[in-house]
Amino acid sequence: MSRFAMVIDTRRCVGCQDCVVACKTENGVPEGYCRDWITEEAHGAFPTVQLEIRSERCNHCDHPPCVSCCPTGASHIHERGGVVLVTHDKCIGCKACLAACPYDARFIHPDGYADKCTFCIHRVEQGLNPACVSVCPTHCMHFGDIDDPHSEVSLLLNSRAHHALLPDAGTKPCIFYLT
Amino acid sequence: MTALALLPELTVSRHNPLVDPHLHIWEWQIPVYLFFGGLVAGLMIIAGVRLIALRPQQREALVCCTIGPLIGLTFLSVGMFTLFLDLSHKLYVWRLYTTFQITSPMSWGSWILLLVYPALGANALAHLPEAIPALAKRFPVLVTISDFILARVQWVVGIGVANVMVGIALGIYTGILLGALGARPLWNSAVLGPLFLFSGLSTATAVLHGILVITTPDDERPAFADFLLSALTQLTQARPLDKNIGPVLARADNSFLTIELALLGLFLLGHLTSTGIHQAAAGLLLTGSYAAVFWVFVIGMGIVLPLVLQSLELQDRIRHAIAPVILVVFGGIALRFILVYAGQESHWFQALN
Repeated sequence: MSRFAMVIDTRRCVGCQDCVVACKTENGVPEGYCRDWITEEAHGAFPTVQLEIRSERCNHCDHPPCVSCCPTGASHIHERGGVVLVTHDKCIGCKACLAACPYDARFIHPDGYADKCTFCIHRVEQGLNPACVSVCPTHCMHFGDIDDPHSEVSLLLNSRAHHALLPDAGTKPCIFYLT
Repeated sequence: MTALALLPELTVSRHNPLVDPHLHIWEWQIPVYLFFGGLVAGLMIIAGVRLIALRPQQREALVCCTIGPLIGLTFLSVGMFTLFLDLSHKLYVWRLYTTFQITSPMSWGSWILLLVYPALGANALAHLPEAIPALAKRFPVLVTISDFILARVQWVVGIGVANVMVGIALGIYTGILLGALGARPLWNSAVLGPLFLFSGLSTATAVLHGILVITTPDDERPAFADFLLSALTQLTQARPLDKNIGPVLARADNSFLTIELALLGLFLLGHLTSTGIHQAAAGLLLTGSYAAVFWVFVIGMGIVLPLVLQSLELQDRIRHAIAPVILVVFGGIALRFILVYAGQESHWFQALN
């Protein structure tokens, strides 16, 4: 079994939003919407201030509350890599998954269904990286199988300090930020 | 100064109402649906109990087990229609009934809603000819159906029990629907299930009480203008509560309101003794942006005031009026609106602060 994950080096990310534009272009995300976005978080007091820039998206959680609350089974875990996906013609647009996601990663597409990051599964199944990873000019984003101990993402997580978003929410997110 | 300087500052590149769910998940349709769901649940439970323990000579019992279910069917349809209005992919609504998702409260609810129609319908049919004789004259088949049901005690008990069971499931479901969404800390409480159930029971009792008052024959009933006036001048003239117009319902309503108040206390206590994000969520109702409407509309006007007025009515210390009934219904609506809207403002990202 493979488990896809993304590892993002916050020391390299400059918040250029190339990942956002690549995603919108690759996936035809309508104007005004986005499946990924940039968050800047500043900590501390002057002069010891720290800034973390993160490229955020659906965390493709191991325990996705958006899947367990879906009344039609439209939100599901893909057989390959545990990617959380939405079957558009099963989605009724009840918005329970939007309310259930602590990361606010989902939105309602203008066509009515719930939409979000797919880890570009259509590219991954062809052996390519997700669009956001492939265009990153600072190479701060890494994608791979964390169940494979020799994969790039596993090696990075084993060698660098990292954190995930809202671990206390109990969703077991699969996007990790190197610090 | 230091504490302020240490606060993290978040800048997110996507703040716009098209994407951010907390700006637009659920609007008026959902609280209206939850209100009607709770109301119908209450009507079902009362109808089921009254069907099993019916004393046909009592008008109150006939209204509870016949008129209540008929109105409940209408309310349920209105509620389901508002739920339908909320869907953003409306043409695919039939997908709800092509599967059963055991972990999804909404899936449970959609199937429970289907059980409500036959259960309420059967309850109404049992005594329909007695409750609405004119309708029975026009459609004699109603008498045949009623006789068929009433001739079989097991059927009567079965229909009553089914209404109580489905009613409890429906009432609790309307709360669990929100309570199961852990991403919104204010909703994340198992107490919401029984809270919405007892709120639904108190609202249903109030609605039945109102129907009894309105359908009382003219010689027993004060003029409509007097109703309105009495809402304002309850304290001016003592008049005993009409034995046919619901001392039972007023007592029951007081019990439900008391339990609802206790459950609201437990709900807030659970949050205040939990994590920081749950305390912050409770703060929205206690001292935050929803505090004024919560204390005035839900606690004050929706629970405490009708509780006091109905207690005084039962002691024959003030005149009987429709005001508490209106207040209880208003409180039920306000509770759902405030919880749905405040819940969407409560968020896990408050943990970052």
